Amino acid sequence: MGSGNILWSLAKNYFTVGLIGLTISDRYASVVPVRGTSMSPTFNPQTSTFWGSSIDDCVLVEKFCLEKYKFSHGDVVVFSSPSNHKERLIKRIIGLPGDWIGTPHSHDVVKVPEGHCWVEGDNSLSSMDSISFGPDLLESVYAALHISWFVLM
Amino acid sequence: MGLRNLKQWKSFAIEALNQSFLVAKFLCFLHVTNTYLCTVALTYGPSMLPTLNLTGDLVLAEKISPRIGKVGPGDVVLVRSPVNPRRVVTKRVIGIEGDSVTYVVDPKNSDRSDTIVVPKGHIWIEGDNIYDSNDSRKFGAVPYGLLQAKVFWRVLPPKDFGPLGQRAK
Repeated sequence: MGSGNILWSLAKNYFTVGLIGLTISDRYASVVPVRGTSMSPTFNPQTSTFWGSSIDDCVLVEKFCLEKYKFSHGDVVVFSSPSNHKERLIKRIIGLPGDWIGTPHSHDVVKVPEGHCWVEGDNSLSSMDSISFGPDLLESVYAALHISWFVLM
Repeated sequence: MGLRNLKQWKSFAIEALNQSFLVAKFLCFLHVTNTYLCTVALTYGPSMLPTLNLTGDLVLAEKISPRIGKVGPGDVVLVRSPVNPRRVVTKRVIGIEGDSVTYVVDPKNSDRSDTIVVPKGHIWIEGDNIYDSNDSRKFGAVPYGLLQAKVFWRVLPPKDFGPLGQRAK
Protein backbone atom coordinates (compact mmCIF):
# COMPACT_ATOMS: atom_id res chain seq x y z
CA MET A 1 0.00 0.00 0.00
CA GLY A 2 2.86 2.37 0.82
CA SER A 3 4.57 1.62 -2.47
CA GLY A 4 1.26 2.21 -4.27
CA ASN A 5 1.12 5.70 -2.77
CA ILE A 6 4.70 6.42 -3.79
CA LEU A 7 3.99 5.23 -7.31
CA TRP A 8 0.88 7.36 -7.48
CA SER A 9 2.63 10.54 -6.33
CA LEU A 10 5.49 9.80 -8.73
CA ALA A 11 3.03 9.41 -11.57
CA LYS A 12 1.35 12.69 -10.61
CA ASN A 13 4.71 14.47 -10.58
CA TYR A 14 5.69 13.12 -13.98
CA PHE A 15 2.30 14.06 -15.37
CA THR A 16 2.64 17.62 -14.07
CA VAL A 17 6.15 18.01 -15.43
CA GLY A 18 5.00 16.60 -18.76
CA LEU A 19 2.09 19.02 -18.96
CA ILE A 20 4.22 22.04 -18.16
CA GLY A 21 6.98 20.92 -20.54
CA LEU A 22 4.48 20.39 -23.35
CA THR A 23 2.92 23.81 -22.82
CA ILE A 24 6.27 25.55 -22.79
CA SER A 25 7.43 23.69 -25.88
CA ASP A 26 4.21 24.58 -27.68
CA ARG A 27 3.94 28.20 -26.77
CA TYR A 28 7.36 29.56 -26.00
CA ALA A 29 10.44 27.66 -27.15
CA SER A 30 11.59 24.21 -28.11
CA VAL A 31 14.59 22.35 -29.49
CA VAL A 32 14.57 20.70 -32.90
CA PRO A 33 17.28 18.77 -34.74
CA VAL A 34 18.16 19.86 -38.24
CA ARG A 35 18.38 17.04 -40.79
CA GLY A 36 19.76 17.28 -44.26
CA THR A 37 22.06 19.76 -45.91
CA SER A 38 19.60 22.15 -47.54
CA MET A 39 20.61 24.87 -45.11
CA SER A 40 24.35 24.36 -45.22
CA PRO A 41 26.66 26.02 -44.40
CA THR A 42 24.37 27.66 -41.86
CA PHE A 43 23.33 24.33 -40.37
CA ASN A 44 25.00 20.95 -40.88
CA PRO A 45 27.97 22.27 -42.80
CA GLN A 46 29.66 18.90 -43.28
CA THR A 47 28.18 16.90 -46.09
CA SER A 48 30.58 13.99 -46.11
CA THR A 49 31.18 11.86 -43.06
CA PHE A 50 34.87 11.78 -42.47
CA TRP A 51 35.09 10.58 -38.89
CA GLY A 52 32.01 8.38 -39.09
CA SER A 53 28.57 9.87 -38.71
CA SER A 54 28.42 13.64 -38.26
CA ILE A 55 26.00 14.83 -35.66
CA ASP A 56 23.02 16.95 -36.68
CA ASP A 57 22.84 20.50 -35.45
CA CYS A 58 20.22 21.18 -32.84
CA VAL A 59 18.55 24.55 -32.77
CA LEU A 60 16.52 26.48 -30.27
CA VAL A 61 13.34 27.77 -31.80
CA GLU A 62 10.98 30.32 -30.36
CA LYS A 63 7.26 30.38 -30.91
CA PHE A 64 6.28 33.92 -29.94
CA CYS A 65 6.06 34.84 -33.61
CA LEU A 66 3.07 32.55 -34.02
CA GLU A 67 0.84 34.96 -32.10
CA LYS A 68 0.82 37.60 -34.78
CA TYR A 69 2.40 35.73 -37.71
CA LYS A 70 4.87 38.52 -38.19
CA PHE A 71 7.98 37.41 -40.01
CA SER A 72 10.76 39.33 -41.71
CA HIS A 73 13.06 38.68 -44.63
CA GLY A 74 15.92 36.44 -43.71
CA ASP A 75 14.17 34.63 -40.87
CA VAL A 76 14.90 30.94 -40.70
CA VAL A 77 11.67 29.09 -40.05
CA VAL A 78 10.49 25.55 -39.43
CA PHE A 79 7.23 24.64 -41.15
CA SER A 80 5.31 21.61 -42.33
CA SER A 81 5.65 20.71 -45.96
CA PRO A 82 2.55 21.49 -48.07
CA SER A 83 2.75 18.12 -49.80
CA ASN A 84 3.16 16.11 -46.62
CA HIS A 85 1.91 17.60 -43.39
CA LYS A 86 3.92 15.22 -41.25
CA GLU A 87 7.23 16.33 -42.72
CA ARG A 88 8.87 19.39 -41.21
CA LEU A 89 11.22 21.52 -43.25
CA ILE A 90 13.57 24.28 -42.25
CA LYS A 91 14.29 27.13 -44.67
CA ARG A 92 14.89 30.84 -44.88
CA ILE A 93 12.18 33.36 -45.77
CA ILE A 94 13.15 35.18 -48.96
CA GLY A 95 9.85 36.83 -49.87
CA LEU A 96 6.85 38.10 -47.91
CA PRO A 97 3.30 38.68 -49.25
CA GLY A 98 3.37 41.20 -52.06
CA ASP A 99 7.02 40.69 -52.99
CA TRP A 100 8.09 39.86 -56.51
CA ILE A 101 10.49 36.93 -56.73
CA GLY A 102 12.58 36.01 -59.75
CA THR A 103 12.83 32.29 -60.37
CA PRO A 104 16.30 31.26 -61.55
CA HIS A 105 15.32 28.45 -63.89
CA SER A 106 12.54 30.06 -65.87
CA HIS A 107 12.65 33.72 -66.70
CA ASP A 108 9.42 34.32 -64.82
CA VAL A 109 8.80 36.75 -62.04
CA VAL A 110 6.33 35.52 -59.44
CA LYS A 111 4.35 37.69 -57.03
CA VAL A 112 3.97 36.17 -53.57
CA PRO A 113 0.21 36.01 -52.85
CA GLU A 114 -1.45 37.19 -49.66
CA GLY A 115 -0.99 34.77 -46.77
CA HIS A 116 1.98 33.05 -48.41
CA CYS A 117 5.73 33.41 -48.30
CA TRP A 118 8.64 32.32 -50.43
CA VAL A 119 11.25 30.17 -48.74
CA GLU A 120 14.58 28.93 -49.96
CA GLY A 121 17.36 26.86 -48.48
CA ASP A 122 20.80 28.40 -48.13
CA ASN A 123 22.35 25.56 -50.08
CA SER A 124 20.77 26.11 -53.45
CA LEU A 125 22.06 22.84 -54.84
CA SER A 126 20.16 20.42 -52.64
CA SER A 127 17.07 22.12 -51.39
CA MET A 128 13.39 21.39 -51.88
CA ASP A 129 11.80 24.75 -51.43
CA SER A 130 9.54 27.32 -52.98
CA ILE A 131 11.37 26.88 -56.25
CA SER A 132 9.87 23.43 -56.45
CA PHE A 133 6.50 23.87 -54.80
CA GLY A 134 5.49 27.46 -55.48
CA PRO A 135 4.95 30.13 -52.88
CA ASP A 136 4.91 28.29 -49.62
CA LEU A 137 1.96 28.68 -47.34
CA LEU A 138 2.63 31.14 -44.59
CA GLU A 139 0.29 29.40 -42.26
CA SER A 140 1.47 25.96 -43.15
CA VAL A 141 3.93 27.56 -40.84
CA TYR A 142 1.75 26.20 -38.05
CA ALA A 143 4.86 24.82 -36.51
CA ALA A 144 6.70 27.84 -37.71
CA LEU A 145 9.27 28.88 -35.30
CA HIS A 146 11.54 31.78 -35.56
CA ILE A 147 15.03 30.59 -34.91
CA SER A 148 16.67 33.00 -32.56
CA TRP A 149 19.98 31.28 -31.96
CA PHE A 150 21.35 27.86 -32.47
CA VAL A 151 23.45 25.58 -30.38
CA LEU A 152 25.82 23.06 -31.85
CA MET A 153 25.34 19.75 -30.10
CA MET B 1 9.40 41.41 16.75
CA GLY B 2 11.26 41.70 13.47
CA LEU B 3 11.86 37.95 13.41
CA ARG B 4 8.14 37.17 13.73
CA ASN B 5 7.34 39.48 10.81
CA LEU B 6 10.00 37.73 8.76
CA LYS B 7 8.46 34.35 9.56
CA GLN B 8 5.01 35.61 8.56
CA TRP B 9 6.31 36.99 5.29
CA LYS B 10 8.11 33.74 4.58
CA SER B 11 5.02 31.59 5.11
CA PHE B 12 2.97 34.07 3.09
CA ALA B 13 5.49 33.88 0.26
CA ILE B 14 5.50 30.08 0.32
CA GLU B 15 1.69 30.03 0.26
CA ALA B 16 1.59 32.46 -2.67
CA LEU B 17 4.13 30.38 -4.55
CA ASN B 18 2.08 27.24 -4.03
CA GLN B 19 -1.11 28.90 -5.21
CA SER B 20 0.51 30.35 -8.31
CA PHE B 21 2.03 26.96 -9.07
CA LEU B 22 -1.44 25.48 -8.86
CA VAL B 23 -2.78 28.13 -11.22
CA ALA B 24 0.10 27.51 -13.63
CA LYS B 25 -0.63 23.78 -13.61
CA PHE B 26 -4.29 24.45 -14.35
CA LEU B 27 -3.43 26.77 -17.25
CA CYS B 28 -1.06 24.19 -18.70
CA PHE B 29 -3.81 21.59 -18.43
CA LEU B 30 -6.19 23.95 -20.25
CA HIS B 31 -3.63 24.56 -22.98
CA VAL B 32 -2.98 20.86 -23.56
CA THR B 33 -6.70 20.09 -23.68
CA ASN B 34 -7.37 22.96 -26.04
CA THR B 35 -4.52 22.05 -28.37
CA TYR B 36 -4.63 18.29 -28.44
CA LEU B 37 -8.10 17.16 -27.39
CA CYS B 38 -11.08 19.40 -27.81
CA THR B 39 -11.69 23.08 -28.42
CA VAL B 40 -14.62 25.46 -28.49
CA ALA B 41 -15.29 27.72 -31.44
CA LEU B 42 -17.73 30.48 -32.26
CA THR B 43 -18.73 30.36 -35.89
CA TYR B 44 -20.51 33.13 -37.74
CA GLY B 45 -21.18 34.14 -41.29
CA PRO B 46 -23.36 32.93 -44.14
CA SER B 47 -21.00 30.47 -45.78
CA MET B 48 -22.25 27.37 -43.97
CA LEU B 49 -26.01 27.97 -44.21
CA PRO B 50 -28.25 26.10 -43.56
CA THR B 51 -26.03 23.88 -41.43
CA LEU B 52 -24.72 26.67 -39.23
CA ASN B 53 -26.66 29.81 -38.33
CA LEU B 54 -25.84 33.23 -39.70
CA THR B 55 -25.56 34.95 -36.34
CA GLY B 56 -23.21 32.50 -34.75
CA ASP B 57 -23.07 29.06 -33.25
CA LEU B 58 -20.95 27.73 -30.44
CA VAL B 59 -19.48 24.41 -31.51
CA LEU B 60 -17.19 21.80 -30.04
CA ALA B 61 -14.38 20.59 -32.22
CA GLU B 62 -12.01 17.76 -31.54
CA LYS B 63 -8.36 17.86 -32.46
CA ILE B 64 -7.60 14.15 -32.51
CA SER B 65 -8.98 13.31 -35.95
CA PRO B 66 -6.79 15.71 -37.95
CA ARG B 67 -3.72 14.43 -36.13
CA ILE B 68 -4.36 10.77 -36.97
CA GLY B 69 -5.56 11.53 -40.47
CA LYS B 70 -9.18 10.55 -39.96
CA VAL B 71 -10.70 13.58 -41.68
CA GLY B 72 -12.64 12.75 -44.81
CA PRO B 73 -15.22 14.12 -47.23
CA GLY B 74 -18.38 15.35 -45.53
CA ASP B 75 -16.72 16.49 -42.30
CA VAL B 76 -17.20 20.02 -41.04
CA VAL B 77 -13.77 21.30 -40.07
CA LEU B 78 -12.02 24.33 -38.65
CA VAL B 79 -9.26 25.42 -41.04
CA ARG B 80 -6.71 28.20 -40.79
CA SER B 81 -7.42 30.52 -43.72
CA PRO B 82 -4.69 30.40 -46.41
CA VAL B 83 -5.13 34.07 -47.22
CA ASN B 84 -5.07 35.33 -43.65
CA PRO B 85 -3.24 33.15 -41.14
CA ARG B 86 -4.79 34.89 -38.17
CA ARG B 87 -8.29 33.70 -39.10
CA VAL B 88 -9.80 30.28 -38.62
CA VAL B 89 -12.74 29.44 -40.88
CA THR B 90 -15.38 26.70 -40.74
CA LYS B 91 -16.03 24.75 -43.92
CA ARG B 92 -16.92 21.26 -45.10
CA VAL B 93 -14.36 18.89 -46.61
CA ILE B 94 -15.39 17.94 -50.14
CA GLY B 95 -12.33 16.00 -51.24
CA ILE B 96 -8.99 14.78 -49.94
CA GLU B 97 -5.76 14.18 -51.85
CA GLY B 98 -6.25 12.24 -55.03
CA ASP B 99 -9.99 12.87 -55.21
CA SER B 100 -11.48 14.35 -58.33
CA VAL B 101 -13.73 17.24 -57.29
CA THR B 102 -16.37 18.85 -59.52
CA TYR B 103 -17.51 22.25 -58.37
CA VAL B 104 -19.58 25.15 -59.64
CA VAL B 105 -17.18 28.02 -60.16
CA ASP B 106 -19.51 30.98 -59.75
CA PRO B 107 -23.11 29.91 -59.01
CA LYS B 108 -24.43 33.49 -58.80
CA ASN B 109 -23.45 34.36 -62.35
CA SER B 110 -23.15 31.20 -64.40
CA ASP B 111 -23.65 27.44 -64.42
CA ARG B 112 -20.09 26.61 -65.39
CA SER B 113 -18.53 23.82 -63.41
CA ASP B 114 -14.94 22.67 -63.25
CA THR B 115 -13.23 19.48 -62.23
CA ILE B 116 -9.95 19.34 -60.39
CA VAL B 117 -7.82 16.63 -58.87
CA VAL B 118 -6.83 17.49 -55.31
CA PRO B 119 -3.00 17.51 -55.09
CA LYS B 120 -1.05 15.38 -52.65
CA GLY B 121 -1.15 16.57 -49.08
CA HIS B 122 -4.08 18.94 -49.72
CA ILE B 123 -7.83 19.00 -49.11
CA TRP B 124 -10.67 20.74 -50.92
CA ILE B 125 -13.09 22.64 -48.69
CA GLU B 126 -16.36 24.35 -49.57
CA GLY B 127 -19.02 26.11 -47.59
CA ASP B 128 -22.51 24.57 -47.60
CA ASN B 129 -23.84 27.85 -48.98
CA ILE B 130 -21.93 27.99 -52.25
CA TYR B 131 -23.54 31.28 -53.24
CA ASP B 132 -21.82 33.16 -50.44
CA SER B 133 -18.72 31.28 -49.43
CA ASN B 134 -15.04 32.10 -49.74
CA ASP B 135 -13.52 28.65 -50.04
CA SER B 136 -11.31 26.39 -52.14
CA ARG B 137 -13.11 27.58 -55.27
CA LYS B 138 -11.45 30.94 -54.67
CA PHE B 139 -8.15 30.10 -52.95
CA GLY B 140 -7.53 26.58 -54.19
CA ALA B 141 -6.84 23.37 -52.34
CA VAL B 142 -5.64 23.83 -48.80
CA PRO B 143 -2.66 21.93 -47.32
CA TYR B 144 -3.67 19.29 -44.81
CA GLY B 145 -1.41 20.93 -42.22
CA LEU B 146 -3.80 23.88 -41.98
CA LEU B 147 -6.58 21.70 -40.57
CA GLN B 148 -7.17 22.71 -37.00
CA ALA B 149 -10.07 20.59 -35.74
CA LYS B 150 -13.12 18.59 -36.72
CA VAL B 151 -16.47 19.89 -35.54
CA PHE B 152 -18.64 17.22 -33.94
CA TRP B 153 -21.14 18.94 -31.60
CA ARG B 154 -23.14 22.14 -31.47
CA VAL B 155 -23.77 23.75 -28.08
CA LEU B 156 -25.49 27.05 -28.85
CA PRO B 157 -28.18 28.10 -29.75
CA PRO B 158 -29.97 25.72 -27.35
CA LYS B 159 -32.58 24.68 -29.87
CA ASP B 160 -29.84 23.27 -32.09
CA PHE B 161 -27.98 21.45 -29.34
CA GLY B 162 -26.76 18.14 -30.71
CA PRO B 163 -24.31 16.45 -33.03
CA LEU B 164 -23.40 18.14 -36.28
CA GLY B 165 -24.29 15.34 -38.63
CA GLN B 166 -22.84 14.55 -41.99
CA ARG B 167 -24.79 15.73 -44.96
CA ALA B 168 -25.33 13.06 -47.59
CA LYS B 169 -23.03 14.03 -50.46
